[in-house]
Amino acid sequence: MATAENTLAFSGGWEYAPAPESTDHIEVASRYGLFIDGDFVRPEKGRYFDTINPATEERLSRVALAGPEDVDKAVKAARKAYSSVWSRMKPAERGKYIFRIARMLQERAREFAAIESLDGGKPIRESRDIDIPLAAAHFFYYAGWADKLEYAFPGRRPRPLGVAGQVIPWNFPLLMAAWKIAPALAAGNTVVLKPAETTPLTALKLAELIADAGLPPGVVNIVTGAGDTGSAIVEHPGVNKVAFTGSTAVGKRIQKALAGGRKSYTLELGGKAANIVFADAAIDQAVEGIVNGIFFNQGHVCCAGSRLFVQESVADEVVEKLSQRMETLIVGDPLDKNTDIGAINSKMQLDKIRDYLKVGEAEGGSLHQASGKLPRKGYWCRPAFFTGVSQSSRVVQEEIFGPVLAIQTFRTFDEALEKANNTPYGLSGGVWTDKGAKIFRMTQGLKAGVVWANTFNKFDPTSPFGGYKESGVGREGGLHGLDAYLRLGE
Amino acid sequence: MATAADRVPVAKTYKIYIDGKFPRTESGRYLAINDKRGALLANVCRSSRKDFRNAVVAARKAQPGWAKASAYLRGQILYRIAEMLEGRREQFVAELRAGGVTAKAAEQDVDRSIDRLIYFAGWADKYQQVFSAVNPVSSSHFNFSVLEPMGVVAIIAPDEPGLLGLVSNIAPAIAGGNTLVALASETEPLSAISFAEVLHASDVPAGVVNILSGLKSELIEHFASHMDVNAVVCCEGGRKQRRQVQTLAAENVKRTVFRIDTDWRDAGALNPYLIRDTQEVKTTWHPIGV
Amino acid sequence: MGTNANRADAAVGFPDLSRVPPVDEVGVNERVARFQSRSIKKASKVEALKCILSMIDLTTLEGQDTPGKVRQLCQKAIHLHDAMPGLPHVAAVCVYPNMVAVAKEALRGTDINIASVATAFPSGMSSLDLKLDDTRMAVEAGASEIDMVISRGAFLAGEYRYVFDEIVAVKEACGDAHLKVILETGELRTLDRVRRASELAMHAGADFIKTSTGKIQPAATMQVTLVMLQAIRDFFASTGRMVGMKPAGGISNAKLAIHYLVMLKETLGNAWMTPEWFRFGASSLANDVLMQLEKQATGVYQSADYFSKD
Repeated sequence: MATAENTLAFSGGWEYAPAPESTDHIEVASRYGLFIDGDFVRPEKGRYFDTINPATEERLSRVALAGPEDVDKAVKAARKAYSSVWSRMKPAERGKYIFRIARMLQERAREFAAIESLDGGKPIRESRDIDIPLAAAHFFYYAGWADKLEYAFPGRRPRPLGVAGQVIPWNFPLLMAAWKIAPALAAGNTVVLKPAETTPLTALKLAELIADAGLPPGVVNIVTGAGDTGSAIVEHPGVNKVAFTGSTAVGKRIQKALAGGRKSYTLELGGKAANIVFADAAIDQAVEGIVNGIFFNQGHVCCAGSRLFVQESVADEVVEKLSQRMETLIVGDPLDKNTDIGAINSKMQLDKIRDYLKVGEAEGGSLHQASGKLPRKGYWCRPAFFTGVSQSSRVVQEEIFGPVLAIQTFRTFDEALEKANNTPYGLSGGVWTDKGAKIFRMTQGLKAGVVWANTFNKFDPTSPFGGYKESGVGREGGLHGLDAYLRLGE
Repeated sequence: MATAADRVPVAKTYKIYIDGKFPRTESGRYLAINDKRGALLANVCRSSRKDFRNAVVAARKAQPGWAKASAYLRGQILYRIAEMLEGRREQFVAELRAGGVTAKAAEQDVDRSIDRLIYFAGWADKYQQVFSAVNPVSSSHFNFSVLEPMGVVAIIAPDEPGLLGLVSNIAPAIAGGNTLVALASETEPLSAISFAEVLHASDVPAGVVNILSGLKSELIEHFASHMDVNAVVCCEGGRKQRRQVQTLAAENVKRTVFRIDTDWRDAGALNPYLIRDTQEVKTTWHPIGV
Repeated sequence: MGTNANRADAAVGFPDLSRVPPVDEVGVNERVARFQSRSIKKASKVEALKCILSMIDLTTLEGQDTPGKVRQLCQKAIHLHDAMPGLPHVAAVCVYPNMVAVAKEALRGTDINIASVATAFPSGMSSLDLKLDDTRMAVEAGASEIDMVISRGAFLAGEYRYVFDEIVAVKEACGDAHLKVILETGELRTLDRVRRASELAMHAGADFIKTSTGKIQPAATMQVTLVMLQAIRDFFASTGRMVGMKPAGGISNAKLAIHYLVMLKETLGNAWMTPEWFRFGASSLANDVLMQLEKQATGVYQSADYFSKD
């Protein structure tokens, strides 16, 4: 345990000078229309809304607000493109268009990364090393499936569904667009996609890229707006398939809105993942996994390892090491290459996180937050964890979607597994132990769609992702992610 | 002048099947099942929401054990069910005929039911190999996706064909490690209920399959809304029922599977995708290092 | 809790090796990649470069070493690049035992330390008696730091007690000289063994733990150094005694050395960011650091022709 004599000092001393990513090379228009039928068009009602930089609270651009009439136009464009071009195109040619998108995204990666960090607040290190490369990889992976679909589903003859209506969240704006658009196009569908209202810019830049790539007009349509625009897409009778990533509450509303209809749907919803550390784990790597699990992308991650379970015999050590490690996390300017934790995505989200910090303390939890300076303007939250909380605490049960970890201890394997599964969610889970047999028993026992053993928050286009229970329906990524965009006829 | 029969036949009491036992419905209410001339064949239980609740409790309790049972064992048990049904073939043919099915159709349906069990018995240790994947991720990790049972499945079996429809939905669900509660055909329930006796005699652990009889109009909302049911498979109903089921299912993001237009006598009903319908995909990552 | 006061009594007993945590290689690689993604610019780069210079053990360990060569090396240690005022000098020169006297003479009047390898360096394949004599000879000739090698063969054979006792004995033979214990990580092969050997060395009284002799590839890597730094941190947490760290071999350019400093700062904090607790064992690193410093000062990329080799 830490005492005055053997505490490590991380503040002061040698510090990293600011290392801001240049933004000279990026082009953000002052205003964006709706990308419908291959062109940027004015919204019918002429309404626009601001998208701001959460690190400075300054406006980046004005973006069209799509009403039902705009959504209708987009769906009709998608339908026309589906019937007249995309579904008739040779699959191999379809695939080549998608490969082309992947390649162009790689070429423009630097610009996309900077805009992603400007608009959403995530550190440039993550946009540069994770979001944008993974988005390009996703297009590259699914491109190759376009002319091989019959090999994915033995004994079936897969056919596209038609028009896919897709609504995505603000935590991984471009990556989620890629997760949605790439398999849809590869399977032969056309798309109407709505990015989140706080992070529309990279989707609009993707629209520009798609136009540059020469995709036939109407194959991909991108409409911007908030919840009402999303509802208009989901409920539009011309949409054959709905794909949504977002909160469980909205997911349930969508499931109800679609009830009785013939639209198929996939939902990627919330989570409250257990990250379980056994005493025999590689402790330093486990601590790093805990950090990646909860502080990656400011904790705005549906699969975040937000519930930590540590075996009692190493609990003090793990908590001490975690708090030491948190002192080395740099919170601040998302465009600085050394920033580990960027800006909270919006004022609304920051308020919600702050509420939970109060709730946790009111419930008797003990709050620990990293020290360190925060910028004056913008939306920020120091990395935090609670100890002294239990399964009955709200900060243990509810998805906070911020850099806030709830720590509990356990004694036995069965206790850990039972507590881990004692939640309505089931998106992901983590287990840390040096014993192979124990890993497999735990990964089998966890009711979750993705289980990271001795690692956490890893993503790959080939790897299916999606939840059990209230964390969603269906999978995205990999061979299994094709399923959602196909009708499997005989 | 009529003479008294040599012997008065003993009529069968049709009860429901929960947790490996044959209770009467707790509602104390019954439905009359008539033959095609309108004469009473038997009374069957008009199961209540509490019967359903008890059945879900039993299914949940049996879930971990059945999910953990080896694929080989699940296959053998499905095969055993087929053996037992074959052994009582004449009884089931007679029961179907009594309900108005022609002799030929009754024989074909029983034969198909037996063969379907064999079909899915064979799949029990193979579908995983067909639908799983090792995913070639770019980082230094071993990554694989496997199927796991969704858990407790509630099945609204097709009214027609009563036996074959039930068997065609039970077999893939349990081959895949799910436990289930099935509502038998409303119009042809007798053979379905008798099928529970076959299950009972076939090494199927208690609670793995639970069979109720009763009215869809009363029970469907509970099948769809129960928070401890993971998936609902619905083989009956129009758009209205579909809306009702999906709306209620949303409360716990229950998976819904509709098999409305399936011709259960057709060879198209023989496929492993019926197993996959009630499976989740789980993906596991592990580093590769020294 | 132990204290940091008495170095001679540094051994804290044979460690409970069952409590040594396992190490996951892929996780270590990922953490190292994070250090390498730090961008060190401008003032913080200059500060780092100077810090690196002051941490260098300028080394020559060759069969062809002569008094002339060693004197030249010592001259370089004193006059790193006189064209650039305000530079620190290196921490030490590191030579074979029979060159210690030459170095002592050449460094007279400076506070540059003299480090000597000993204990049948680099293989360590000799008797304990000879190793102790080797150590005493170097100390008597004027070495204030002894870089010993552990018996890797014994370690790999599981004879941990033998390895431990040998370090304890050499430590005693060192007297007031600081002991750096070389694990030769390139022969241990796995990070688990690196961690275990670090524990043995620290418990046996090492003042420093050091990665490599420079004679075996791979020599120092950021991966093994991270594992050793974490062992030092945990040893400090449980005993209160600071142990120093010396990666050696293969660190030949400034950029890589800066990444080591980032790793040091984020693992052990500010207290270790001095030559007292961290050294680079290197022969060609100094000139690359000097070139980078010149570039920072002038904005012009440099040529090796303008920096003296020895």
